[in-house]
Amino acid sequence: MNGKVAKEDLDSRIFDTLNIILLTICTVIIVVPLWNVIISSFSSGKALAEGGFIFWSPEFSLENYRAVFNDSSIWQAFFISVSKTTIGVVTHVFFCAMVGYGLSKKYIRGRKLYVAMGVITMFFSGGMIPTYLLIKSLGLLNSFWVYIIPALFSFYDVVILMNFFRNVPDSLEESAKIDGAGDWHIFLKIFIPLSMPAMATIALFNGVGQWNDFMTTKLYITDQSLYPLQMMLYEIIVQSQTQSMQNIGGSAVIETTTKGVQLATIVITTLPIVLIYPVLQRYFISGMMLGAVKE
Amino acid sequence: MKEFIIDYRRQWEIQSMIIPGIIFMIIFCYIPIYGLTIAFKNYTVIDTLSSAPWVGLENFRIIMSDKYFWDAVVNTLGISFLKLGIGFVIPIILAIMIYELHSGRFKKFVQTISYLPHFLSWIVLGGMLITWFSTTGLFNQLLLSLGIISQPQNILLDAGKYWWIATLSDIWKEAGWGTILYLAIMSKIDPTYYEAAKIDGASRLRQIWNITLPNMKSIISLNLILTVSGLLGSNLDQTLVLMNSQNRDKAEVINSYVYRMGMSQGDFSYATAVGLGVSIVSVILLVTANKITSKLNDNQSVL
Repeated sequence: MNGKVAKEDLDSRIFDTLNIILLTICTVIIVVPLWNVIISSFSSGKALAEGGFIFWSPEFSLENYRAVFNDSSIWQAFFISVSKTTIGVVTHVFFCAMVGYGLSKKYIRGRKLYVAMGVITMFFSGGMIPTYLLIKSLGLLNSFWVYIIPALFSFYDVVILMNFFRNVPDSLEESAKIDGAGDWHIFLKIFIPLSMPAMATIALFNGVGQWNDFMTTKLYITDQSLYPLQMMLYEIIVQSQTQSMQNIGGSAVIETTTKGVQLATIVITTLPIVLIYPVLQRYFISGMMLGAVKE
Repeated sequence: MKEFIIDYRRQWEIQSMIIPGIIFMIIFCYIPIYGLTIAFKNYTVIDTLSSAPWVGLENFRIIMSDKYFWDAVVNTLGISFLKLGIGFVIPIILAIMIYELHSGRFKKFVQTISYLPHFLSWIVLGGMLITWFSTTGLFNQLLLSLGIISQPQNILLDAGKYWWIATLSDIWKEAGWGTILYLAIMSKIDPTYYEAAKIDGASRLRQIWNITLPNMKSIISLNLILTVSGLLGSNLDQTLVLMNSQNRDKAEVINSYVYRMGMSQGDFSYATAVGLGVSIVSVILLVTANKITSKLNDNQSVL
């Protein structure tokens, strides 16, 4: 009996050790490339041209960041990214909460039809071209509002909020109604404050989506003053790729300068997400669970 | 009818919250669905949606004989099946490994790190990949120092390797994030199962095989259904940023083809027809996958 237990202990310990080793390798595979990008962005053009470093740059310098920040278009793009994300998130969450609150009431007229209409939108869509034609005929091409208005609503988020509102005890609403409060009053003063966790989760996911989105710009925006950071970065990447292909064996100087600018822009574009990430991490899991329930 | 109107009047306040949502759906979802009719028309820039002449299935007939379309189909399927074959199991294995960790701090650390790449956009990751794969970059440096290659080369310019780049970069980005749902499900497994198995002398791998995996069966099937239904919708952002003139033949997927035909070449009807065909096939895949997995799950439909 003792021998058996000891053997199991040993098996178990081998399992644990292997497990820790493998997971350490996994984290290294994620961390090292990211670290490499960061130190590369702080490397001088000479160091970038020579390459050959993994963990530590032979020559640190701020020239890449100086070049990026001296370009006024990055500030413009940063401003567009921040404003489209904040305005987009606030309007999206409010709009979805409003519709979700209305649909959470079982007694309303036409509810079945409304929900059926919503469910259909979850499975069918017109796709890229018909949507483009619609946006064009609405006059939203090359307008800041193309970032906000088409992104106002998502039936997934409505369903999540609807389920959340349904769990709020009826008695709260009834007592408010007796005091003469209308639906809007109850929604704004009682339900919204109570649903902050659910709304924060949706805001987080929607915010990351807005910040990272570049297809909207690629499809509907040609005016460079409306480019967000992601689109600027995309342009730099495409540019440097064509350049490096023309330059095979040619001038290495231009290539490394664009490479440095590209790296610095990557870091700047990602920084806001990395900064809020640890703060909001605890919402991810509850958010994923909310997402799972709806399915 | 009268009763209906009276009810609406009485509920005007709450209806006023819903109606904007309905109007939104009609404009931004249903009008584009109606717009799909241009797949059966010959739409040119001077036409409006209704004035364009009907051409029936003509666009679909052209698609069938379009070599570039079939190239895109082959690439989409190739990349999707690689993603399905490798990318579907890795999150499951990773989740089990994280679940089996006892040390709370290391567990948290691994989770934090592995979720992180999910929050990088494809543009950012594309830029990073281009840096890593450049001749002076991280990837070549590692292979050189390990003696695997003797000459640095940029594998992003090597069309033959593109499918693998697309697949592995996608897994690098999303595998950690994919573990969240599995971990949440595993945390709900009754610990007494494991205790009982331990007393019976079951090894750790046995416990995983006989307790952990069966408990995740339904969520795994659900994920599988959703993945299969998305087989034809290979990532557009990823393709747009990683595709270049050297690897185009292997990189073009259906979505990027629709983008190129529609947005760059202005062939709206043709591009819409391709998109419509793809969504019809996707729905068929969804229904089939649901049928098959429900058979496997004792006739209980997961969807």
